[in-house]
Amino acid sequence: MGEFFSKLFSGTIPLEAYIVVSLIMFFSGIYGFLSRKSLLMILISIELILNSIDINFAVFNRYLYPGNMEGFFFALFTIAISACETAVAIAIVINIYRNLNNVEVDSMTELREPSANETEIKEVNE
Amino acid sequence: MNYSSFLQMQEELSLLVVIVILLIYDIFAGEKSLRFFQPVAIVLFSIHTILNCIPHHPFEIAGGMYHYVPMLTYVKTILNLGTLIIFLQSQHWLNGEESINRRGEFYFLTLSTLFGMYIMLSAGHFLLFIIGIETASIPMATLVAFNKYTHKSAEAGAKYILSSVFASGLSLFGISMIYGTTGTLYFDDLSGLLNGTPIELMAFVFFVVGLFFKISLVPFHLWTPDVYEGAPTNITSYLSVVSKGSAVFVLFTLFIKVFGNMIDQWQAILYGIIIISITLANLFAIRQQNMKRFLAFSSISQAGYLLLGVISGSATGMSSLVYYLLVYMFSNLAIFGVVSVIEDRTGKINIRDYNALYSTNPKLSMVMALALFSLAGIPPFAGFFSKFFIFSAAFQKGFYILVLIALINTIVSLYYYLLVVRAMFFNTNDHPVESIKSDVSLKISLIICTVAILLIGGFSVVYQQIALLGFGI
Repeated sequence: MGEFFSKLFSGTIPLEAYIVVSLIMFFSGIYGFLSRKSLLMILISIELILNSIDINFAVFNRYLYPGNMEGFFFALFTIAISACETAVAIAIVINIYRNLNNVEVDSMTELREPSANETEIKEVNE
Repeated sequence: MNYSSFLQMQEELSLLVVIVILLIYDIFAGEKSLRFFQPVAIVLFSIHTILNCIPHHPFEIAGGMYHYVPMLTYVKTILNLGTLIIFLQSQHWLNGEESINRRGEFYFLTLSTLFGMYIMLSAGHFLLFIIGIETASIPMATLVAFNKYTHKSAEAGAKYILSSVFASGLSLFGISMIYGTTGTLYFDDLSGLLNGTPIELMAFVFFVVGLFFKISLVPFHLWTPDVYEGAPTNITSYLSVVSKGSAVFVLFTLFIKVFGNMIDQWQAILYGIIIISITLANLFAIRQQNMKRFLAFSSISQAGYLLLGVISGSATGMSSLVYYLLVYMFSNLAIFGVVSVIEDRTGKINIRDYNALYSTNPKLSMVMALALFSLAGIPPFAGFFSKFFIFSAAFQKGFYILVLIALINTIVSLYYYLLVVRAMFFNTNDHPVESIKSDVSLKISLIICTVAILLIGGFSVVYQQIALLGFGI
């Protein structure tokens, strides 16, 4: 720990500091994905996850394997892929907004496992 | 740089040619000549399938980023056949009022996902692998949301893309950790460098979650029934056969090639996952009322059986896996063909609506019964042989209890498959589905599936041909 802080204050940022930042981003992304109620917030959480991966790749490449560029390239491609994903996801979210006039997760209830009493009611009706 | 080496990727290139021709045709052709769009698409794609069905010599390009082995030709041909049958089955749906203006999109999107799967199968580097898997899953989300005027379809699309991006995010995180510990992403180099240290094990678990999600195994299966129910039926069959099949094969190659040193760890993980996938999916399938949800759970349990080939990690496992894929594809596509035609013409999708189907549509219900028997694994049909091979592959490696549990589950699955058969043949119904006159292309596809189900089991040539290549990875 002492070494970590002495490095931190002497001007060179240690590898661990980056990893801590990227891990916080990653897990707050997962937390957001599981807890947010709006589709747009869920998308933003996913972006957090993908961005933390970019940091990971760039940092590993810069600090551990400076000889080749594999990590940087991977980070670039990940950015491109996440842009595609967001574009398609936004298009689908807009489609949902047209149907429901909101983008809340709670209002998307058409597809679900039929509960036991629901099936019974159906049978009685028929 | 010498670009001529790219000419060796003949499968990918010929598929790209098909996509480009169809794109140009759809954009520039007039109203009159567009009437021939679907036949042209099917003919072009069949030519592509036939041209690429003969295996040739293995090679590598781009320093091992892309690699080809003869076994891949068989897997790609199976995927091609599945796609072709789905094209044949979707003719009537695409000619409907709602989707006739967008039929071109259906073909490009389906073929782009297929292109992504090709790339994913041939990848020799994690970068190419991720590009392939995303090329396969992003257009897939748009296909799921294809019926843009029905809310169900959009909801299914949202559920699919959000959970698939989340899963691939976890997967990418795993890959970043693998890169951090080894410093390379080439599959050939990685196999010697990964030793199963704790951080690599964590990376491995994060990584396989993304693949398990695509195969829809049990802890990661929650999207499956919803997406299957909401998507257009032909897309559902594409998801359950082509997308799932390619992902299972890739899982096998990755486990052997990249994570070969961690075989004890991944066998332990798969052991648990197979048991819960087969058992839970079977139990849930029994209580389903909706035909598509029912088939979703059935496909989850079939994925569990497919993994029995993976867990053995042997050459027999590989060839029985490919054989199982082939048989599973024909059986499942026959069922989906019948389900899609009934939904398309009458809008009925509940199992209760299938009561007394035999009295009005004897041929359709015969095909469906044959395919259900094959899925359940009843002897004269191909499904029995594929299950037999995959069980014996796992048995050889000493997974006795696992095979026993899978066998008991076969009986459970027989129960719910027979529920549908009973509904069609023995139950009575005041308003059965009216007699359906199916179009020519659907007939052809169902005949292909039925003949394949009846004959593949009898002709040992098919299995021998696959087994000849054995461990071709």
